[in-house]
Amino acid sequence: MALRIWASSTANALRLSTATTPHFSPLSRCFSSVLDGLKYANSHEWVKHEGSVATIGITDHAQDHLGEVVFVDLPDTGGSVTKATGFGAVESVKATSDVNSPISGEIVEVNTKLSETPGLINSSPYEDGWMIKVKPSNPSELESLMGAKEYTKFCEEEDAAH
Amino acid sequence: MATRHVAQAGRPLMNIVRMKGVPILQQLEIEECLLRTSSDNWCIINDGADKPNIVMGISGKPAELVEIKPVLEDNIPVIRRFTGGGTVIVDHGTIFVSFICNKDDVADVQPYPRPIMSWSSLLYTQVFQGIADFRLRENDFVFGLRKFGGNAQSITKNRWIHHTSFLWDYETRNMSYLKLPKRAPEYRLARDHLDFVCPMKDYISRSDFISRTIDAAGRLFSVESTEFEAVKSSSNVNFTPTSRLLTNQELEAASMIAI
Repeated sequence: MALRIWASSTANALRLSTATTPHFSPLSRCFSSVLDGLKYANSHEWVKHEGSVATIGITDHAQDHLGEVVFVDLPDTGGSVTKATGFGAVESVKATSDVNSPISGEIVEVNTKLSETPGLINSSPYEDGWMIKVKPSNPSELESLMGAKEYTKFCEEEDAAH
Repeated sequence: MATRHVAQAGRPLMNIVRMKGVPILQQLEIEECLLRTSSDNWCIINDGADKPNIVMGISGKPAELVEIKPVLEDNIPVIRRFTGGGTVIVDHGTIFVSFICNKDDVADVQPYPRPIMSWSSLLYTQVFQGIADFRLRENDFVFGLRKFGGNAQSITKNRWIHHTSFLWDYETRNMSYLKLPKRAPEYRLARDHLDFVCPMKDYISRSDFISRTIDAAGRLFSVESTEFEAVKSSSNVNFTPTSRLLTNQELEAASMIAI
């Protein structure tokens, strides 16, 4: 539905008849999974804070919209991440897409399985597809992130707007 | 900046930069710098690279994609670029068109690969309307079943680039430097390069293609010309591009890997 709406407006601007617009396959699904207990960034990354370590990955919504992930570019352990800044990238459907950290801190572990099996991000975005573990330098940053309900609404509104 | 940004009829501004014969590595460096450090929209058109270069995507492995022995013997440069996607060999017959956009200036398009690809296909549908049976097929630009353009993207939080190397013409012998990729679209049906690709020159002249592309961009943006020299000099800011030339040592090491 969303794809047809933007296609129609772009087609109008280009003065194409809708009969010539490309056929769109239906959206793969309308509702991606969102887990309670995690915090979410508006750039579609999640963070799970347990004790002194926070685990970070991309959400089910993000992996669904990205398509099959074929390559993951991750930083080295020991480096640092800054809130809302890119720390790596994923490749899918001929595109590299930045992955941004929801919080600041020191990288204490990187998911090395993703180099051989990047598809874990698609099949298990919240579990086996985790990307980095960070020691937060400013835990209060977590408070500004969205909870599950807020993120669910955010995704619905974003999809509806396009 | 806000008043410059929205010009005619409320359309966002896009700077058109026309170049000719600029080396592809230099073009990639300028593009990545503009993507990461500029807040403007850009359309970069390079009418032909200076000499043959092989350009792989960010995850490209030369052992899988390139016939390394003849590449080394013939001194063909191999570049790994900052965007995703596959491998192309470009030369003076290639026309490059790149769109670098703020996601908010293309607000109808979600900043993900498939919506961006579909947006580009609508633009090029207008370019080729009445000229050829153009379509987007499994993420490739084709006339019928033959690919004539390789495209790729890079998406940041607030901006994205979609760039294409259009095969206006090509040297058939250059295709022999490329292997059949392991990941290929279904419609390719295991065809080798010469049976899979086709030159645009059979359908449209270089100048018509470029002017029609600028016209199509002008329907979505308020376009203004910017001189290449101005872009080249302003791109020397504190930015380190990630596209790079692979060394002979790297290619030789790759040739030792059993596939």
